[in-house]
Amino acid sequence: MSDAFLSLDTISKRFSPKITLGDRIALKLGASVDTRSVHAVEQVSLTVRKGETLGLVGESGCGKSTLGRIAAGILEPTEGNATLENKPLMEEGRKATLRVQTVFQDPFASLDPRMRIGDIIAEGPIVHGLTTKNEAPSYVKGWMERVGLDPSFVDRYPHQFSGGQRQRVAIARALAMQPDLLICDEPVASLDVSIQAQIINVFLKLREELKITCVFISHDLGVIRHVSNRVAVMYLGRIVEIGETETVYQNPKHPYTQALLDSVPKLVLEDDTLVEFTAISGEIPSPLDPPKGCSFNPRCDHVMERCLREVPGLIPVDGEQEAACFLNQKEETE
Amino acid sequence: MTEPILEVTDLCTHFFTQDGVVKAVDGVSFSLKPGQILGLVGESGSGKTVTGFSLLGLVDPPGRIVSGSVKLAGEDMAKLSQKQLRQLRGRRISMVFQDPMMTLNPVLTVGEQIDLAIRAHNKMNKTQARELATAALTRVGIPDAETRLDSYPHEFSGGMRQRVAVAIAMIHSPDIIVADEPTTALDVSIQAQILHEMRNLARESGTALIWISHDLATVSSLAERLMVMYAGKIVEEGPTAAVLRNPRHPYTQGLLNSLPAMAEPGHPLQQISGSTPSLLALPPGCPFAQRCPNAQSACEEEVPLVQEGESAYRCHFPIGGTA
Ligand SMILES: Nc1ncnc2c1ncn2[C@@H]1O[C@H](COP(=O)(O)OP(=O)(O)OP(=O)(O)O)[C@@H](O)[C@H]1O
Ligand SMILES: Nc1ncnc2c1ncn2[C@@H]1O[C@H](COP(=O)(O)OP(=O)(O)OP(=O)(O)O)[C@@H](O)[C@H]1O
Ligand SMILES: [Mg+2]
Ligand SMILES: [Mg+2]
Repeated sequence: MSDAFLSLDTISKRFSPKITLGDRIALKLGASVDTRSVHAVEQVSLTVRKGETLGLVGESGCGKSTLGRIAAGILEPTEGNATLENKPLMEEGRKATLRVQTVFQDPFASLDPRMRIGDIIAEGPIVHGLTTKNEAPSYVKGWMERVGLDPSFVDRYPHQFSGGQRQRVAIARALAMQPDLLICDEPVASLDVSIQAQIINVFLKLREELKITCVFISHDLGVIRHVSNRVAVMYLGRIVEIGETETVYQNPKHPYTQALLDSVPKLVLEDDTLVEFTAISGEIPSPLDPPKGCSFNPRCDHVMERCLREVPGLIPVDGEQEAACFLNQKEETE
Repeated sequence: MTEPILEVTDLCTHFFTQDGVVKAVDGVSFSLKPGQILGLVGESGSGKTVTGFSLLGLVDPPGRIVSGSVKLAGEDMAKLSQKQLRQLRGRRISMVFQDPMMTLNPVLTVGEQIDLAIRAHNKMNKTQARELATAALTRVGIPDAETRLDSYPHEFSGGMRQRVAVAIAMIHSPDIIVADEPTTALDVSIQAQILHEMRNLARESGTALIWISHDLATVSSLAERLMVMYAGKIVEEGPTAAVLRNPRHPYTQGLLNSLPAMAEPGHPLQQISGSTPSLLALPPGCPFAQRCPNAQSACEEEVPLVQEGESAYRCHFPIGGTA
């Protein structure tokens, strides 16, 4: 696609177990050592247009953060190419551009515990000339206010903050770099809904002002619906459905997307209602040993013989919507 | 009437920092019966986690419990030695930390850590412990559990780490589990599985749960009672559905209004005006007054807890008026 800003081309990522010397000897002696690798991302091709927000949803452990890290240029794919305006995101195993910033899923691990948060936020922008050492305090103060942090906290250390406050430090740090591409991994998961609303509003506004392109990973389907122009649904390392957010939400074309949308908990306002918690039935497949054919087949209500043999690719269903399910081909073959 | 398993009375936990005293928890009281599920929601930074830490005796300097009491099955936790506390933790009261890396040691495999947790309170051999560990991981929806026991935490996804922490907290079927944002990193389907397991534990083993969460929908489907916290205080409590259907405190109402479902996709969401007050310099009276649409001069004075049937709130001018 010509208007691709971020482009992921048949990306795969496998994590192989580290074989120790002991394992090697054991293997030689005929013992069984598990050498299966984790198929975290499988042949994902994806483009994100300039200024667009792409939501990324899917089962826990399906490879969203791994794909996000590849898109951020901080993890090398086993196969495939990741480019930003046709330039590689990684060069010689290192991040090649500062135009990409990341808000990580785990805010505590991503903040240096020995640094004061004012310095955490100011460090990048000073190095990159977005502000000067002298102006840094007011620059930092501005970003802290935008994410709803009391600016008098600048001299505190990360451990002195609550979970949601730390998350906001991470958001302020990424935004203060005024990136072109922002990879947000669960950026609002640990915030109460009111602060979440505040952050989302800031995000919507800045996205408009700074024309930020964004990949937004979240389990909160309400938040994704609110912020994303398009949404991609992942299952066991693959994209199984992608399309304009409203279209996908109103008319999902993959049984997994349907099941996911059906499982969204609702606010219970009547007394004595007993909500049954039902997970999607069937065994969760293992990324160490993905099922043959469609990886959703062990749990799918519509499974056909073909699904056990062939891996469905993404098939256009309706305008921009694509889904990796043979059900959508039925009419043509019949 | 069953006796409460936990009784918290007027708990105050403060941090004595260079800048002054942070009153993170300021006069919190509640009780829990065996098998009861209590939801705790509230503003980010309002003291939910610190409340949980206080129950387990985990508050570190410069913080400490300055007053009030925590009684576990009638026994005052303040009178216990560090050693006695350690024996209690994990077996009688456990916590799923908001940050799973607080439970997990990065240099030990997931299996080794579960093994440690099991054998801290249970005499059994390595093989038995490994079987139990495999079952515990399977229970929280991790496929190929036996193989995955040999992975390190960094080899797990965020949600998988969170599930390990949940699995460890459930192992000994304790009297109480404080679950701090236990499903934030989980998709809705696996979340449903965890909620199902947790509720079963509450029903079958009588484990009481304190469910700290920002997800109002989840809390509303799990918890019988709900407490809403703001700036170190419980500002509203009652049967969950009743509180959410008919909030009395303007902060609770503000939370409900902020839900993404309340706005058109792509449009600004409603947010509570103003910002969180600094816990260092709380004004006397209602801490929400500066942001409250209903505030009047009376709100500058101490707000008593108003009891109303099974519910209670801390507000002079509640939504819907006073009785
Ligand atoms: N460094 C690593 N070494 C080995 N396996 C890894 C590594 N990082 C991730 N994995 C595995 O890759 C798979 C995908 O992980 P990833 O973190 O991308 O999932 P996710 O979709 O972000 O999940 P969650 O929603 O729980 O955060 C998981 O099975 C995980 O265990
Ligand atoms: N070690 C510390 N030193 C100083 N202040 C602290 C310390 N730990 C916590 N606090 C403060 O205590 C208050 C309560 O924190 P707590 O972690 O309980 O909030 P929370 O309600 O769990 O918020 P969140 O929803 O964001 O996790 C916060 O304002 C926080 O900044
Ligand atoms: Mg992740
Ligand atoms: Mg917390």
